[in-house]
Amino acid sequence: MKRAFPILAILTAALLSYAVYEGLIAAPTDKLQGDVYRIIYYHVPSAWTAFLLFVINFLASIQYLVRAKTRTDRLANSVVIAIGVAVCVSAYLVPLPRGIRPSAIATTGIACVGLYFLIRRFFSRENVDAVALVAAEVGVVFCTVVLVTGPLWARPVWGIWWAPGDIRLTSTLVLWLIYVSYLILRRFSSSGQTAVLAAALAIFGALDVPLVYFSIWFFRTQHPQPVIGGGGEMDPRMLHVLLINWLAFLCFGALTCWSRYRLEILRREVEETQALEALLEPRSPR
Amino acid sequence: MNFLYTAYAATWIIHISYLGILVRRYKRLQTEIEDLKKK
Repeated sequence: MKRAFPILAILTAALLSYAVYEGLIAAPTDKLQGDVYRIIYYHVPSAWTAFLLFVINFLASIQYLVRAKTRTDRLANSVVIAIGVAVCVSAYLVPLPRGIRPSAIATTGIACVGLYFLIRRFFSRENVDAVALVAAEVGVVFCTVVLVTGPLWARPVWGIWWAPGDIRLTSTLVLWLIYVSYLILRRFSSSGQTAVLAAALAIFGALDVPLVYFSIWFFRTQHPQPVIGGGGEMDPRMLHVLLINWLAFLCFGALTCWSRYRLEILRREVEETQALEALLEPRSPR
Repeated sequence: MNFLYTAYAATWIIHISYLGILVRRYKRLQTEIEDLKKK
């Protein structure tokens, strides 16, 4: 595993450089927006990566709570599979708003179930709490990028930095605030139940992710339709560059999460050793 | 074009700042580990 890290780092650096070249030079210029549309190559992949990390945080938080007992763990496994099947089936049975593809919903459902069992397979209950923390922290970083690049794109295109009351923009800001409060809770709470409280907050916070994603279909908003899985249309060459940028940001996100996870595990080990040291230290007689 | 370059630069400033925070935390942890070893 130690060898894999530098290899992934080199690959990510190469991919990011190539993605910058593709985004700034190789991709065709948009007829309506001109070159400023190229912000999409950073804005959208950052949003997708942030959503993915918040979903990982959600799944890891559920696991931290249910894996406390074998019975609830087994029950949760069955419930997760049942929800996955229900999502796949209902995507094709329930009439969806125009623009939402049933295959996109079904794929998301299957991916979430797969992710749940992947986390379960590779992380113990104690480490799953660290996974939740890391995913939330890196997710907030990517969400910050979305909130910064969004207004920088909106100003030249819409003529305003921010559309007050716009549900897509507001719900994204709320999502960012929820996860910032999650991180503040984890940083400053000294209660022994911090991990449990944070997991509960994460589960409620994750409910905002589908609200952000689907808001453009259910509410009137200035934000354009999504380019994948929705009604938006995109030039195939632009889509190709967008996917390269997403892959580059995914690798970069994975690398950052990996570093942060190792740091968190090390921090916990140091804390445990310090606590043990404090217990073993001979006390001065009163 | 200014908005485009500002957005790209802002993205990398955010990511590099976060990586800087991680490096600082790691160094602090290394100091704590060395202190523990000394004991």
